[in-house]
Amino acid sequence: MAMKFEKRAAGEFVLDVTGYVCPHPQLYTKKALERIQEGDTLEVLFDNPSSSESIAAMCDTAGDEILERVMERGTYRWKIRKTEAT
Amino acid sequence: MDAVDRRNDTWAFSIIGFLTLVSVLTYLWSEYYIYLSAYLWFGFIYGMCLQYGRFCFSSAFRDLFAVGVPRMAVGIMIAMVLFGFVSAFVTATGMSTFHPAPYGMHSVIAGLIFGVGMVFAGGCASGSLYKSGEGNGSAMLVVLSISVTQAIFVDIGGWANRLAPQSWRESAVAKGLPAAINVEDGWMDQYLAGYVWDQPVKTFADLSGIANPFLAAYVGNVLIGIVVPAALILAWIYVVWARRAFLKKRTKGGRAARGIRVELAGYWGMILASKRTAVAGLFLGIAAGLHMLVMKGLRVKFGVENFGELMTRMGFTFGISAKGTVFDPGYWYVTTQEAQWVGWVFNRLGWENMDNVFFGLNNGIPNPLINPADWMSLALIGGAAVMALLHNEFKWKAPTRELAVWAMIGGALMGIGSRLGLGCNIGAFFVRVSEGDVSGWLFGIGMIAGAYLGVKFFSWWTERKMAKEAAFELV
Repeated sequence: MAMKFEKRAAGEFVLDVTGYVCPHPQLYTKKALERIQEGDTLEVLFDNPSSSESIAAMCDTAGDEILERVMERGTYRWKIRKTEAT
Repeated sequence: MDAVDRRNDTWAFSIIGFLTLVSVLTYLWSEYYIYLSAYLWFGFIYGMCLQYGRFCFSSAFRDLFAVGVPRMAVGIMIAMVLFGFVSAFVTATGMSTFHPAPYGMHSVIAGLIFGVGMVFAGGCASGSLYKSGEGNGSAMLVVLSISVTQAIFVDIGGWANRLAPQSWRESAVAKGLPAAINVEDGWMDQYLAGYVWDQPVKTFADLSGIANPFLAAYVGNVLIGIVVPAALILAWIYVVWARRAFLKKRTKGGRAARGIRVELAGYWGMILASKRTAVAGLFLGIAAGLHMLVMKGLRVKFGVENFGELMTRMGFTFGISAKGTVFDPGYWYVTTQEAQWVGWVFNRLGWENMDNVFFGLNNGIPNPLINPADWMSLALIGGAAVMALLHNEFKWKAPTRELAVWAMIGGALMGIGSRLGLGCNIGAFFVRVSEGDVSGWLFGIGMIAGAYLGVKFFSWWTERKMAKEAAFELV
């Protein structure tokens, strides 16, 4: 499945990178966060377990807040709020 | 616990049960199989640790360059220091199974090719094995690509012979290898016997000139060869990638952001930032050291130097090298056994590939069912699958066409890099650095440079795709 980056509503974005392996999920997440505005949220869907560690560390370093972490049947759904310029 | 959790647990315990059954039944058949079972259970531990810590050498420098995440580079340094401490004791007591490799520019070039490949493939050689255990089809393709490429690469001759300098050919011929090995036809044969074998072989213990074996191992190999370079690399990572965010957080929290104590706290905080990775690194380091000790102990017990002797005693003679040996490193290794199983398949299909140095002289092509290192790799996949199943992270994933292409290209580059460097991120880097082998850091430098180039390419590639996808009003 190809990567999808969509606008759900004002200030709400969805990045679907399920099926992708490293380094694609973390790279696309970084690039999506670079594109959205401070205060916007990005929901990231991925199913590559090792990307979870990288995305969490990346958000921690950049100061972005992970509001929600859900993992069901091997698929992760994380909601990230961009709190500072990345 | 829902039905999926229960099913995952059942599968996890079935894998453990199956491996236990293999160990018990084969031991009852012949006590020599305990040698293979030792590899099997260490492989299983490696797989569990790798999956738990998401321990992938590719991500170490790739994620650093790509997204500024240092956790894996830290984990690897921890694992190497601990492995170094355990194996220095093993070395000093004369129980080590390790042999250092020749070093030179070839180590750097091999690392560079390997480094680009591991970024393209989405995982290093060991990372692709553990990700296969998570049900990742792309990683399985990488393993297949590494295996096939190596099996072909080690036997290329004909037109490729012309690419080897005359001096390599002359030097290879002058080695006087057994008649069964035809070094005149084979690029890799001339590269190995005519160039690599002529390069110096040194450990940091040798270079330190210390006579006492314990001091040489701990001061030369561990302190000079591992701790100092690892601490310097971590300091570089802290200054370039972690320091700014750490100080920013402290300032935000109204705490002091200057002074040596603050910097040391930041450095230490970076090391402990990913508990999972640090714990995995700790267990991997200790297990890798103990693995050597156990294999040496079994060799002493059976009075052999190589598993090929035990194979002969058991009546298995097919695929043994001209020296009477098979690949039996006595420690963690990944790529050679991958070349072997495909080499065995090719041979069964009629390809005469026992006339080269790699298979015919050094490693052999035993049936994978009796190949000790293959037992280790298969159990590594099993260990990773168990860990993934227990954490509900196992998921069958077929690769997309795009990922399949990257997997094949990346796997092929890793296969070539690992043969030129006499090992992969484990055999040529992790183990060699931890054993104080000079060639380990040279391969590592190349691998880091290769990862940087791979990241630069992928960053461009994803930016291009992202620009196409994000064709909407962002505000």
